[in-house]
Amino acid sequence: MAQQAKKVQQLDRVIIRFAGDSGDGMQLTGDRFTAESAAFGNDLVTLPNFPAEIRAPQGTLPGVSSFQVHFADHDILTAGDAPDVLVAMNPAALRANLGDLPKGATIIVDTADFTARNLTKAGYADNPLDKVGEPDDSLGEFTVHAVDLTGMTVAAVKEFGLSRKDASRAKNMFALGLLSWMYGRPTETTVAFLERRFAKVADIRDANITAFKAGWNFGETTETFAVQYEVKPAPMAPGTYRNISGNLALAYGLVAGGVASGLDLLLGTYPITPASDILHELSKHKAFGVTTFQAEDEIAGIGAAIGASFAGKLGVTSTSGPGVALKSEAIGLAVMTELPLVVVDVQRGGPSTGLPTKTEQADLLQAMFGRNGEAPVPIVAPQSPGDCFDAAVEAVRIAVTYRTPVFLLSDGYLANGSEPWRIREVDELPSIDPAFATEPNHVVKVREDGTEETEFWPYLRDEETLARPWAIPGTPGLEHRIGGLEKGDGHGNISYDPGNHDFMVRTRQAKVDRIAASLPPLEVDDPSGEAKVLVIGWGSTYGPIGAGVRRVRKAGFNVAQVHLRHLNPFPNDLGDILKRYDKVLVPEMNLGQLSLLLRGKYLVDAIGYNHVRGLPLKAAELAEAIGQLVADAEGVSVDLTPTTAQEVS
Amino acid sequence: MTTTDLPVPGLRSGTEGVPAADGPQTSKEFSSDQEVRWCPGCGDYAVLKAVQSFLPDLGLRRENIVFVSGIGCSSRFPYYLDTYGMHSIHGRAPSIATGIATAREDLSVWVVTGDGDALSIGGNHLIHALRRNVNMTILLFNNRIYGLTKGQYSPTSEAGKVTKSTPMGSVDHPFNPVSLALGAEASFVARTIDSDRKHLTSVLAAAAAHRGTSLVEIYQNCPIFNDGAFDAIKDNDTKADAIIPLVHGEPIVFSGGSRGLVRAANGGVEIASVEEVGLDAVLVHDAHDADPTTAFAISRLTELGYLDRSPIGIFRQVERPTYDDQARAQVETARSNVDGTPHDRLAALIGGGDTWTVV
Repeated sequence: MAQQAKKVQQLDRVIIRFAGDSGDGMQLTGDRFTAESAAFGNDLVTLPNFPAEIRAPQGTLPGVSSFQVHFADHDILTAGDAPDVLVAMNPAALRANLGDLPKGATIIVDTADFTARNLTKAGYADNPLDKVGEPDDSLGEFTVHAVDLTGMTVAAVKEFGLSRKDASRAKNMFALGLLSWMYGRPTETTVAFLERRFAKVADIRDANITAFKAGWNFGETTETFAVQYEVKPAPMAPGTYRNISGNLALAYGLVAGGVASGLDLLLGTYPITPASDILHELSKHKAFGVTTFQAEDEIAGIGAAIGASFAGKLGVTSTSGPGVALKSEAIGLAVMTELPLVVVDVQRGGPSTGLPTKTEQADLLQAMFGRNGEAPVPIVAPQSPGDCFDAAVEAVRIAVTYRTPVFLLSDGYLANGSEPWRIREVDELPSIDPAFATEPNHVVKVREDGTEETEFWPYLRDEETLARPWAIPGTPGLEHRIGGLEKGDGHGNISYDPGNHDFMVRTRQAKVDRIAASLPPLEVDDPSGEAKVLVIGWGSTYGPIGAGVRRVRKAGFNVAQVHLRHLNPFPNDLGDILKRYDKVLVPEMNLGQLSLLLRGKYLVDAIGYNHVRGLPLKAAELAEAIGQLVADAEGVSVDLTPTTAQEVS
Repeated sequence: MTTTDLPVPGLRSGTEGVPAADGPQTSKEFSSDQEVRWCPGCGDYAVLKAVQSFLPDLGLRRENIVFVSGIGCSSRFPYYLDTYGMHSIHGRAPSIATGIATAREDLSVWVVTGDGDALSIGGNHLIHALRRNVNMTILLFNNRIYGLTKGQYSPTSEAGKVTKSTPMGSVDHPFNPVSLALGAEASFVARTIDSDRKHLTSVLAAAAAHRGTSLVEIYQNCPIFNDGAFDAIKDNDTKADAIIPLVHGEPIVFSGGSRGLVRAANGGVEIASVEEVGLDAVLVHDAHDADPTTAFAISRLTELGYLDRSPIGIFRQVERPTYDDQARAQVETARSNVDGTPHDRLAALIGGGDTWTVV
């Protein structure tokens, strides 16, 4: 595209939020801007936020859909607390997001939708754009660019003969073009994307590409926008990168687990937000021996996965919290039958139907305890979208090695959020050995001629892992029956013996506890070694906790951070680490579930920092809480006001 | 939304793909070392014996047979057979069997369930297994009572039944399992009786040979909580009038040939005197009829109160592609269209999309 002719200002990071009606294509716009930024080499983190309704009433506050992208010339951890730029496609989008904007933020508004009707729907008595510069200007703290994006889009694509309605649909691409110009994004990926996406409808394809280019050219030629900004690429560790969302990385991780173990995978599942994309993705990978079974309900989904595991496949089921509730009895069956199984829970706001499209971490105790009887299940949690890949592989490793169901606890933020991900080398994958049983394993008696009479005992255990043998149908001589009734130790026949039950309950627990021996030491981030406060978290709070910790350190104070991938069992060194610090802070998007577990197991005075707003924790607020604790622990006064104009992120 | 034409597989036997036994087998080989613990006189014994005698005739390798059950008296069945087996959770056996059957073509998959397990708590899984036509045989032991929980009415109990949970009589309207299965698009539906070893065995053979979900309802007496429920169809004095035998290609007659089924004026099926209407007017049973309407009409002749009339035999047996064959075919088709090792293809998959390299 054309040469830059305007002033270029350097920035080290920018947070943009695209907001519009759910039908305005804001998720796609955000996605494309993200892809452009990734291709440019920025570090980035994204936060999609959309209503549960597919098309909430048009123009209303509940119908607003947004996509926030934070990109920087350095390593960043969160999608950012507050947007520097808001793109609002209608009055509702403006009103719904205004409260999140810091003073001085830039607002770009599409004026076309600021009609009396839409203003009323959004709850505006008067058009706020008419008041700009007046004494009662509600937008006075911001730099407002009111532009008729729709009108210019329709004019730009006139040559394609589309109806006004169809033509105006390309307004999101016009907005994308404008923002792409403002931040010097490369445009090739978006043009190529539009060519692919609309390959079969030439006029729509051309209209979108034309609108995109028109948006760029508008930025360059109009005097409304005087400055173009530049955010340089971020230095990253060597490797090949791609942008990836959590659900995609998780699906790839499951495929990788299948490849690493040599097992075909069967996903038994029922569609549920925000986990359905895992089903969609895996259904594309049949060539890897992946079968996806869309069941009649959540229970049948896990039932088929357990059946597949019994038959020697890698059984996986995917769901969200309400689905876990329905699967609980079947998870207990998998505990009792000691079959490998991965249970993916992409957590969302609860209880009950709760907030289907919003994030939360409140299923930890459900995963830990949500079954009848003593039914221990290992729990693995990813900490970032890309990390869903490694966490999924780890869940497969534990499930197959220890013959147990494993919870993989993702959440809505990880599922839909994205970040640059260093693509794993396939030879980095762990080796996972299904080690199917092929021979009888128990000597019944030695005959007089010295030969042995043998049989197969399905509950004779490996001494190291306590895993039982996995003997699959089709293996002659190993015919056996398993089920939900208590098993006799070793032979596995039904047993109501009191002593046997006590032994088996303890043995199932001990098997899960043994997993800790296979875990690497925790990485404690304590650069000075002098911190008195430890911040410990799990799952998607990794980003906000890391960003909060950085702020505290930047202000000159000491704080340590450790993040848990394994929630059950806890790593063996966790107890010692907790003891090293005077204060332990546990930020979570729940009312203190990890806190409860840490208190119960280690008798540590874990202090909770808890928000359940359906959104990721805000790093700045968390930093204040950490700072307060550091002040208490060290008897000093802590002021986190940044010493330079540029805040850390 | 679009649809795509799925490849139509050729007609195959239900056991095709399952390895055959090396030589003759005995019923003893199929008996496990576990003590059978049903109540004395329970109809389950007769069915177990019949299955243990039938399996050697099936001629499949023992290790390639899997029995899955839910919860209830009959669901203890797998423990007594020396095959692979899983005694699972209440009502869910069809879903577990679906996973097994889809995962492995080389297994002969059987589900053992009861009227409570299959029709109450597991009703959803039953109808969806039937609709999908997963290659498995479901033996539904119908004793019209809850036995394991000690005598509450079941979804097949007659209205007005006085039980522990219904001292003034049950106000539930019962299911007719055959009608339900036909309504759920089942491709094979049969009914037989625990005490009629010969008929039971012939139905088992037909069910096993059918590729798809075969539903076999077995009337089974519970001597403790519902004794005599099937006396009318078992008693030598009454059974000729109570049982309407269904044999494919034969006129449907009973009561020693004096009564038969004829087409009713409303398009349904009714009972008539053969002498009055003549044998030519009697319906000839067509289990292979693509249209299930007549089979359904015949199933409605089952008495829902005290069982003194019931059609017995194979109601419907039609060929339809199975879920598991088609699901496996899609995987195989996808596999045959790619080259390279799984590791190389995985590297290409995760390294796809827009990438950039930092050195």
